[in-house]
Amino acid sequence: MIIKLAINHLWFSYNSHEVLRDFCLDIGDGKIVSIVGPNGSGKSTLIKCIDRLLVPSSGEILVDRNDIIRMSRMELAQNIAYVPQNSLRVFPNTVFDVVLMGRRPYLGWRGGTRDEQVVWEILQLLGLEDLAMSSFTELSGGQQQKVLIARALAQETGVILLDEPTSNLDIWHQIDVMDLLKTLVKKRDLTAIVAIHDLNMAARYSDTIVMMKRGKIVATGIPEDVMTAENLETVYSIRASVKIADDIPFIIPISRISPKPEIGYGISAGSRSGGNPGTGQQSASGKAGRNVSGFSR
Amino acid sequence: MKRGTVLGSLAGTVKRTRTGKASRVEQEHTRSVWKKALFLIALVVFLIFAAAIVITLGQVPITVTDVYCTLADKLIPGIFSVSDEMTHVIWQIRMPLILGAVIAGFSLGACGCVMQAVLKNPLASPFTLGISAGAQFGVSIGAVLGITILGGPYFLVGNAFLCALLCSGAIIALSSLKGASSETLILAGVAITYLFSATNSLLSYIATDEQRDVMTMWGMGSLADLNWLSISFLLIMAAICIPLLYSRAWDLNLMTVGDDSAKSMGVDANVVRIFIMVVSSLLVAAIVAFVGVIGFIGLVAPHIGRMILGSDHRYLIPAAGGLGAALLLVANAISMNLLGSVVIPTSIIMSIIGVPFFLYLILRGRRKEYWS
Repeated sequence: MIIKLAINHLWFSYNSHEVLRDFCLDIGDGKIVSIVGPNGSGKSTLIKCIDRLLVPSSGEILVDRNDIIRMSRMELAQNIAYVPQNSLRVFPNTVFDVVLMGRRPYLGWRGGTRDEQVVWEILQLLGLEDLAMSSFTELSGGQQQKVLIARALAQETGVILLDEPTSNLDIWHQIDVMDLLKTLVKKRDLTAIVAIHDLNMAARYSDTIVMMKRGKIVATGIPEDVMTAENLETVYSIRASVKIADDIPFIIPISRISPKPEIGYGISAGSRSGGNPGTGQQSASGKAGRNVSGFSR
Repeated sequence: MKRGTVLGSLAGTVKRTRTGKASRVEQEHTRSVWKKALFLIALVVFLIFAAAIVITLGQVPITVTDVYCTLADKLIPGIFSVSDEMTHVIWQIRMPLILGAVIAGFSLGACGCVMQAVLKNPLASPFTLGISAGAQFGVSIGAVLGITILGGPYFLVGNAFLCALLCSGAIIALSSLKGASSETLILAGVAITYLFSATNSLLSYIATDEQRDVMTMWGMGSLADLNWLSISFLLIMAAICIPLLYSRAWDLNLMTVGDDSAKSMGVDANVVRIFIMVVSSLLVAAIVAFVGVIGFIGLVAPHIGRMILGSDHRYLIPAAGGLGAALLLVANAISMNLLGSVVIPTSIIMSIIGVPFFLYLILRGRRKEYWS
């Protein structure tokens, strides 16, 4: 397996609150890797650390074996693209201009014709060509998400990070966006790292799932191995029934396990899960081991 | 091998060939680029025409022919016979006014435009960083307490310039302690502006009537005091600062979609923000020092530009500048000629004609926010 992105012993804290604790993960080339976990488990923080939007207190992140700390912002933008959860919309822009922004890492003082050509081809690939001259603000949520993905593609990177790409979308658009992502990963040799809340979507579309709790990995591997009732109980404190349909696990939530765990409880739960049998995973929480993900399905 | 490359790797999936005819949307896009370029050319033509008309207006009655003969005489001496008085009026009074209006209007419009982009706030203007309050403070301490930094006839200008820089420098320094986000900049700007306004009120309270007159007159921005020396200073400042601002046009486009997105596309948002703030503060401080506070242009010219051209700063910066220059040129011509021998301060006319015009633009019920 070619390792595209390696995260070694990453620590990150907001003031004194530790969000990521000794986080280690290797991600293989050409995969969709979903990061799941409850609110506050550090999914978005991890995504932002990978793109250096947040600077970790220690640890290293390597993309194609190059340390991202040593890259300039422009170099980093040529290696990793980021699709934010929502985009700020103070001033109106056309869809074309939004996608053209993704060419910034390659632009000199003025845009070249090749950059415009790339934008047109991406718009065409995503079926957005007819919207090119529309205002971004006037699009529906699903279309906006696709335009932001188009912008990330325009960066021509090997890694693309997505922060909650399906939240706020209806079911049709959720499938639309995830199908698109799957096609792109296959066709374009991309590695996609997706922070996502919807467990069924994650199970359906991911090659690998990383389940996090309080800044640590609880389980990682192919969806069938990670999406187990035991893991859901440990990480989300819910009782759920997991059915396998067409080799894809399907989660039916039943009830929450009350009372909701307090601060402090989760840490012991996290370390307890390290010895959790049942998962059959290289679950490494509580130990400083490495989690090698990226098994092919 | 570079991953994720678009061209070539997609050759099979793309229906339109690169040499084939452009699609309808692509043609539309090309047209919109042409429209933007045409608008900028039209703006330049309008400015030249407006200046050509404005120079013939004034309190000293000079015929149109005489005005142009005087101008021609200045270029090639001796072909027309012109009186010294006429030469003086045209060359020492009207020309500085027109050039001053164009330079100040262009700078204020362009600075307002970049300021709104880096602060991600449509209410931002060149005066958001407390430049006007700082400059007024400089004038107040000069007039009331007699503290001057520069000697000679330019003591008020020197005070205004340095205090304006001091004020915006303090705001930039304070907010960069907290990472220079747009929110801290705006809040620090508003807070410091209040502080300086309070000091101004205090000084005005203890001032004599005569001193208060100086402060009030200065507070009402006017171009009437410009001469060739101050024009050349302003021109040099603008010639240095505006290209610097324009060189960041791409980064500004990206910054309007948020700091995280900008950073993920390779733009160091905080560095660009500080750079833009420093450069535009320098330029605006120079302008405010010479012509006083002419608000409104810096707020309104970028918005009119955006309504017409959209948010691409490669076109928007010159458009906002050109619109600012046109607005100030017209407002100044009205203020000089409306009441015969009485000159109304330009800033007053600017707001009186500018506000209804702007309200009309935002209220005329266009659902789409701009066309391009």
